[in-house]
Amino acid sequence: MSRVVIIGAGLSGLTAAVTFAQAGRASLLVSMQPSERAQSVLAEGGINAALDTMGENDTPAEHFADTMRGGVYLADENAVEDLTENAPETVRWLSSLGVPFNMQAGHLIQRNFGGQKKKRTAFAKSSTGKMIMTSLIDEARKYEAAGLIKRYPHHEFIRLLTDGGRCSGALVRDRYTGLCAGIDGVVLLACGGLNGMFPGMTTGTTQNTGDAAAAAFVQGVELSNLEMLQYHPTTVGIPGKRCLVTEAARGEGGRLFIMRGEDRYYFMEDRHPELKNLSPRDVVAREMFFVRRELGGEVYLDMTGLDSEVWKTKLPDLREELISFLALDPKESPIPVREGIHYFMGGIRCDRYHRTSMSGLYAAGECTSLYHGANRLGGNSMLGAVYGGKAAALDILRRFPDSSEGGEIRFEEAAGEFCEPADEGLIMQISGILLKGLGIVRNEQVLDSCIGELDVLSRARQYNAREGARLSLARAMLISAKERRESRGAHYREDFPERNDKLRLEGVVTSSGGQITHRFEELPEGKEENADQA
Amino acid sequence: MQIRLDILRRKSAIDSPYIQSIDFAYEDKGESVATALTKINRSGTVSPISWECSCLQKKCGACAMVIGGVPRLACDAKLCEFEKAGFVRVEPLKKFPVIADLTVDRSAMYDALREIRLWLEKGLAPNEGSLDTAYEASRCLQCGCCLEVCPNFYVGGRFYGMAAGVPMSKLLAQLDKADRQRLAKEYSRHFYAGCGKSLACKSICPAGIETDALMVNSNAAAVFKRLFG
Ligand SMILES: Cc1cc2nc3c(=O)[nH]c(=O)nc-3n(C[C@H](O)[C@H](O)[C@H](O)COP(=O)(O)OP(=O)(O)OC[C@H]3O[C@@H](n4cnc5c(N)ncnc54)[C@H](O)[C@@H]3O)c2cc1C
Ligand code: SF4
Ligand code: SF4
Ligand code: FES
Repeated sequence: MSRVVIIGAGLSGLTAAVTFAQAGRASLLVSMQPSERAQSVLAEGGINAALDTMGENDTPAEHFADTMRGGVYLADENAVEDLTENAPETVRWLSSLGVPFNMQAGHLIQRNFGGQKKKRTAFAKSSTGKMIMTSLIDEARKYEAAGLIKRYPHHEFIRLLTDGGRCSGALVRDRYTGLCAGIDGVVLLACGGLNGMFPGMTTGTTQNTGDAAAAAFVQGVELSNLEMLQYHPTTVGIPGKRCLVTEAARGEGGRLFIMRGEDRYYFMEDRHPELKNLSPRDVVAREMFFVRRELGGEVYLDMTGLDSEVWKTKLPDLREELISFLALDPKESPIPVREGIHYFMGGIRCDRYHRTSMSGLYAAGECTSLYHGANRLGGNSMLGAVYGGKAAALDILRRFPDSSEGGEIRFEEAAGEFCEPADEGLIMQISGILLKGLGIVRNEQVLDSCIGELDVLSRARQYNAREGARLSLARAMLISAKERRESRGAHYREDFPERNDKLRLEGVVTSSGGQITHRFEELPEGKEENADQA
Repeated sequence: MQIRLDILRRKSAIDSPYIQSIDFAYEDKGESVATALTKINRSGTVSPISWECSCLQKKCGACAMVIGGVPRLACDAKLCEFEKAGFVRVEPLKKFPVIADLTVDRSAMYDALREIRLWLEKGLAPNEGSLDTAYEASRCLQCGCCLEVCPNFYVGGRFYGMAAGVPMSKLLAQLDKADRQRLAKEYSRHFYAGCGKSLACKSICPAGIETDALMVNSNAAAVFKRLFG
């Protein structure tokens, strides 16, 4: 068993495929749609690395410290250290692939991004994700032509193939023909965040349905920290989704306010004088929630003070987008913003080498819970996706060096478990319950009633395998939020508003025979020199 | 507000196509053909309509189709634009093989890029001079709208159209003279020789890519290279 099957062709899956190919190892790249359509192309603001191009003496150690602090010490320190140490090399590599990062006097420009004290975010105008993806796709194409990457670009991962508790491959369906194939090999899940659990309410793509993680979960793969949803403070509602207004808008000088009587109240500047409008996302989102509850009305983002040069060179797409979707020109008038679900810090549990709890199965990118703890810093997720894809591939190369071909791949008629889609009505019902329980401000009473509602729904009728998996995953999310009786990062409990360091533990969920259990696990010990920072 | 969608449907490539008319009520001026397709499928009132989408904000190219006779992104085609007529015709892109309903197989676009070997053979040193062109060219969504309106493009032909011309212009701008010779030849053969320069592609491009400017750059780099070095 040594073929490599990558599920997902966003930043993470693509980087993994390229890493394998560079080592001369073939891989299969399976995705619902081609890479051009992956959520990664939506990323705007940038990617973090302590390249220290801005004369601020930035270091990987400070990037590490900011990332751990931002994640409120819930991430694996060893993994974060790997990530931040390797970040400069990662961004330099992307630059060598032809990504047109903004430059000045021969070096990459880095900008401010929330939760970080130094200018550490490299960017390509306001389409950094798209720019990186285009270059990575070019690079992958070279290896496709050489036969080292074989794409399955309209193929859905259905479930894992297992053999005595270990993963032995993946069942994949061709969305065009409806035919399925069992593909044996080591599997790397790079299937993105759980957007599909909240249709219409996230800033991401409709492609990341959450079905992949749900199937893996009910097949015995551990997930963790599922309560950690990042609400992005500045999104605008457009039909079918929340549309992101990048944090760079505040990085470049955008200010949040709400009307208090006749006056504009710049609440972030007043209440968080150190980082002001650039405080970590959870802090901003919660403050917006509270200030709206206090004063009523909407919160506005004022970008009218940004100068024309900034609009032209750094945020051109954003302006065009707002004009097209809201019929409002942000250069002329403030725009109303609300929080929207933007990133899933929780997900498939894995160690610093990206090994999951199931042998033969790896995970990388936004589908994991690895790097971002209780909250992710802007610019760290693209880094986590790219570096994570590479790290996973390197570990697979080390541990599964045998590169023999694997069995024939035959697509054939195969009905059966997990193939049938989930009912759309059910998907919306589940999402409604989750939104109630997992809002920006949570409490036990509401969570209990949501779990109760879900129980009633679960017993209401017979469900197919996919629906059952979705119900299980939803339940696991609610239980995770209930069990964490403290407030930490993105998880805010009105009934436990303080952080409790006895709970500086990973919340792990497992599913076995329809039973879902939650437990807390110690975080791996980090290097001693990092310990006092916690 | 109320609109009728006339959707060209077929179960699969071998089934015969038919028009299905569906009345759709909407409230928000922002609602698009993509919104309608999502809601119609969610309502379960007709057999699920096959179509592709991902970002719903004009950034991924998945939802390209022919709407009111014009190739465009379903998530960008506002229903209220068709308010006067009271209906809108929704069809799949016609230059690509249909899979089902509004889903087409655009793999010819990817095959073309592989055919012209569009990649870097070795790492690049970052170059400030080519940033703007590289950025503009990297924005291509690979949606295929430009191919749909191009008088000279057909699947299987030697001319690969603007969906290849734009990505080529990225590397032509970034590579130095010695390294771009191979790609320059491909550009001449698979783009320059076949392009009639009518620029129908420019006005249709949903990403608003300045295809003419990119073409001028690429021509200078690839075709008139003796003049421009
Ligand atoms: C609007 C927006 C702006 C952002 N801005 C930034 C930013 O400025 N900086 C930053 O660092 N991060 C940003 N992010 C986050 C970042 O873009 C993502 O976390 C990252 O790109 C995820 O990469 P990925 O490879 O893990 O997943 P994705 O890019 O989501 O790719 C997932 C892949 O899995 C495939 N897939 C999913 N399910 C299945 C299945 N069942 N079968 C087969 N294939 C499947 C999909 O087709 C896709 O190819 C932003 C996100 C959004 C939505
Ligand atoms: S200029 Fe005309 S011929 Fe050339 S690619 Fe555009 S539409 Fe086609
Ligand atoms: S050039 Fe424009 S129309 Fe053509 S594929 Fe690219 S984005 Fe689409
Ligand atoms: S869904 Fe991405 S462009 Fe329309």
